[in-house]
Amino acid sequence: MNVKTPSKLEKILASGQLAVTSECGPPRGSDPEGIIKKGTMIKEYVDAINITDNQTSVTRLCSLASCIRLKLMGLEPVLQMVTRDRNRIALQSDILGAASFDIFNILCLSGDHQSFGDCATGQNVHDLDSMQLLQVVRRMRDEGKFIGGEEIKRPPRMFVGAAANPFADPFEIRVPRLAKKIAAGAEFIQTQCIYNLDRFEEWMKRVRDRGLHEKVYILAGLTPMKSAGMAKYMKNRVPGMDVPDEVVKRLSGTPKDKQADEGINICIESIERLKQVEGVRGFHIMAIEWEEKVPEIVQRAGLYPRPVV
Amino acid sequence: MIVGKQKSIDEVWAMIQGYKKVLVFGCNTCVAVCHAGGNKEAEVMASMLRMKAKQENVDIDIQDSGIERQCEHEFFESVTERIEWADAIVSMACGIGVQFTAEKFSTKPLMPGINTTFLGATEKPGVWTEKCQACGNCILGMTAGICPIARCAKRLMNGPCGGSTKGKCEISKDLDCAWQLIIDRLTALNRLNEYETLIPIKDWSTDRAGGPRKVVREDVMV
Ligand code: SF4
Ligand code: SF4
Repeated sequence: MNVKTPSKLEKILASGQLAVTSECGPPRGSDPEGIIKKGTMIKEYVDAINITDNQTSVTRLCSLASCIRLKLMGLEPVLQMVTRDRNRIALQSDILGAASFDIFNILCLSGDHQSFGDCATGQNVHDLDSMQLLQVVRRMRDEGKFIGGEEIKRPPRMFVGAAANPFADPFEIRVPRLAKKIAAGAEFIQTQCIYNLDRFEEWMKRVRDRGLHEKVYILAGLTPMKSAGMAKYMKNRVPGMDVPDEVVKRLSGTPKDKQADEGINICIESIERLKQVEGVRGFHIMAIEWEEKVPEIVQRAGLYPRPVV
Repeated sequence: MIVGKQKSIDEVWAMIQGYKKVLVFGCNTCVAVCHAGGNKEAEVMASMLRMKAKQENVDIDIQDSGIERQCEHEFFESVTERIEWADAIVSMACGIGVQFTAEKFSTKPLMPGINTTFLGATEKPGVWTEKCQACGNCILGMTAGICPIARCAKRLMNGPCGGSTKGKCEISKDLDCAWQLIIDRLTALNRLNEYETLIPIKDWSTDRAGGPRKVVREDVMV
């Protein structure tokens, strides 16, 4: 696939090497130190770092400002943007703002419902949805045009991504939905965390049957479990998450003080198995408030050193 | 129809404090069907308020009345006298009826007796669900006859989101995922291939976003 932007992530993927991305959640305050620390900790081990956008609808320091921080440190941020909180004016405006700092990657999402967060009594916007946002960014970049059709001076140059959840219902729509996101303009995909590898492989098979793996770069999402409690919580409480009983059993059967290590082991084994799946072009390691484990995972999974492009 | 839910007696009671003659005024169409604000409900509300007055030892005359619809001029004639009698009205109509009545009787204090909840249908006795948000530009033709604006918690034009689980919405196990319903219906219609058609960015100017709306039809004016 041809490179269309200055994105380092895009270059690595286009070169055929496995990419590694990770994510950081900004703090619930104005101190940038947390972002700087997390970025510094993982920068040698990943190609790009997603910054979440008020994830689970909890108000935090904004994704754009955090991305600028990383950029100023010489790192490669992926700006996550949800359509929950901004209308089309604000979305386009933030895209331009990010582009003015040469932020070269964006991930378009609809976002969790606000009832999960700290402003459950607030409004949601959803002027656009994630598919429409993909179209908007692509049009801004490729045609240099705003939604209204007017010309953009110095259009944004962004590698455009979307999320995919192979495990949400209904399963039969999961591949058509990916096709729809590709049609809308997605160039890379970061998946929901994978614990049910059989189901993921079945999804990938269907993806390949339609040749979609040749139209988009798929990064397999992984989140190491810290404990059996976390596994149970993810299984029972987090919508759209598929945690098989074996995973919960394996962690529950491990002594409490060894469960975190076992969680890392599971994560590394999963990466090893996913490397064999045709169409998986890299890994998105979301170590939630556990970023210090990313270097170990990347190293032990044989993904270190990272390529220089 | 417009669905409503009665306010609590305590809330209504608090609003009518200080008045001597209160008329609880029903509206016998939409909000009667959902047993919230019809003429029968107005009668019951009035008697409950009278009981409350007795308990609290407050001297207040509470009567009830009602008409077919509080959103059309023609029905008001028969009750003008009753309304003039009262020094405050508790309108049991939806927000439309409350405002319409207030506009007609500009010096009469008016309180809402119900909360207007949504535009919906009677699923079965005792259960009403939202179906439409009057966006002003109906897209049901593109969504297998199921409205994602009113029935998807994120009004996604191209759903479902990643939170859809076992046919239910991520915000509640008691709520059907609108996009699951759309997909089920597309499947039943043997038109699932249409799912992949991207629904374009919506023009929300016909919605609330465009400001208060008005329909003018010269051909039916008198
Ligand atoms: S598309 Fe608009 S008009 Fe049609 S049912 Fe939905 S909200 Fe109502
Ligand atoms: S689960 Fe379904 S109804 Fe709920 S927000 Fe997601 S797509 Fe909409």
